[in-house]
Amino acid sequence: MERPAAAEQPVIVVDKVSLAFDDKVVLKEVSFTLMPGHTKVILGASGSGKSTILKLILGLWKPDGGAIWVNGERVDTMRELELMKVRADVGMVFQEGALFDSLTVGENVGYKLYEESDSSLEQARARVEEVLGFVGLRDFIERMPSELSGGQRRRVAIARAMAAKPRILLYDEATTGLDPITAITVDEEMVKLRDLEGVSSIIVTHQLRDAFFVATHQAVRQRDGYAISPADARKCDEAEFIMLKEGVVSFEGNAAELRAAKDTYLRSFLS
Amino acid sequence: MLPLLDAWLKGAVLEVQEYVRLQIATIRGALSRPFYFRDVVEQFEQIGIGSLTVVLLTGFFTGAVLALQTGITLDQFGARPFVGRLISASMVKELGPVLTGLMLAGRIGSGIAAELGSMVVTDQINALRALGTDPVRKLVVPRVLAGFFMAPVLTVISDTVGIIGGWLIAVFQLRVASSLYWTSVVDGLYIYDAWMGIIKPFCLGYVIVTIGCHVGLRTAGGTQGVGRATTNAVVASSVAVIAVDFFVTRLLITLFGQG
Repeated sequence: MERPAAAEQPVIVVDKVSLAFDDKVVLKEVSFTLMPGHTKVILGASGSGKSTILKLILGLWKPDGGAIWVNGERVDTMRELELMKVRADVGMVFQEGALFDSLTVGENVGYKLYEESDSSLEQARARVEEVLGFVGLRDFIERMPSELSGGQRRRVAIARAMAAKPRILLYDEATTGLDPITAITVDEEMVKLRDLEGVSSIIVTHQLRDAFFVATHQAVRQRDGYAISPADARKCDEAEFIMLKEGVVSFEGNAAELRAAKDTYLRSFLS
Repeated sequence: MLPLLDAWLKGAVLEVQEYVRLQIATIRGALSRPFYFRDVVEQFEQIGIGSLTVVLLTGFFTGAVLALQTGITLDQFGARPFVGRLISASMVKELGPVLTGLMLAGRIGSGIAAELGSMVVTDQINALRALGTDPVRKLVVPRVLAGFFMAPVLTVISDTVGIIGGWLIAVFQLRVASSLYWTSVVDGLYIYDAWMGIIKPFCLGYVIVTIGCHVGLRTAGGTQGVGRATTNAVVASSVAVIAVDFFVTRLLITLFGQG
């Protein structure tokens, strides 16, 4: 498999990736690319291999076949030590947040800055306050994760993922289990990060409403902050949906194409 | 029957392979950067200071009950004044290291397996890796260093309070003169015994912590899996304490003779 041409400059290339656990096929020749500043929404039923793709992109698991490129580096054959450099530019929001129980919210958010970077304590602290302000939780900096609600945990997880300013963010079911109002708050964070910070993102979810919200809205910077509004046609095209069915990509297209799809499985999923 | 045996054998070989791999990664992590010094200090405190109470109580009562039991037996030979010799030799060579090891297996082995197991099932280990941290360097190396160096310290403390417990029984129950007891304690100890008593806990501490880490990091199956991992860690490390004690004793006898 050849390295993707520099002219295309996709940030992520997943090329015919397959994975099986014993006899169970999880992914079968899955392929897609993510361009800078774009969003890829991966839909599918539980157990369809959605979260697996994110773990493969991050190098947490290795595929049985195919190739994965992140920022031009092939990650599926990399050793753990080399992967650390690639991961410096990728943030991930895990299901349920995966916050470190023994650390405060501030320590969680600033973990990478405090432990794995050359930032001074003052710089790290300033960045932690900045990103916590971004997700509206600046006053929670000294709290422990156990004191937070589900929605607050997800927002702290987003803040932690973005603290080191990665150019790629992977969201694993970031809104699953949240009430609609909190879910919209999390969706807005994703839109803000994409449109105001230029972050490329892959969103794994089976929450259709949240997926469509992110794909069809945009954030615009204003004098007194920002505004979220319905996206224009160009912005809508930058958000693509992938539907996984039994480990195979059964649909790929934008929000309008997904809504217009005639496939029976897709229709039943959308209804 | 054969497929079952085949699966069991494969599983056992895989466990050994992963355990060895973890140890290699741990040794490499301990000898190279990055080194998480703050976590090492934290673990020394948790494993060392945190285990002090249980080790003090175990050591004290073991020494005391040893004095009670051996005092009665020694009486039959008119050898009651030699009770100190028996207690010091037993505590320093065998009971101190093994009982401290078993206490640490229960307290430290289970704690490590439960903590790391919970981190695995809640994706915190993956989150660590995603944030650019090697979980072995961050979580395993500090615990192994703390176990390796604190087990001998705790064993020496256990030996000391055990001998003091024996002294209390010898003086107040068996009516042995205090000076006679302490002379007997010193007479019963040889430098070879001290070496044996100090080398063994290094091995036991290392084994207990590495088993706890290995079992914890291989946890699967949610909260039920964490419970299973905790039980497995205690059982495996307790058995390992007894087995390693035997093999190290045998090795030391082969190397240095009977002393």
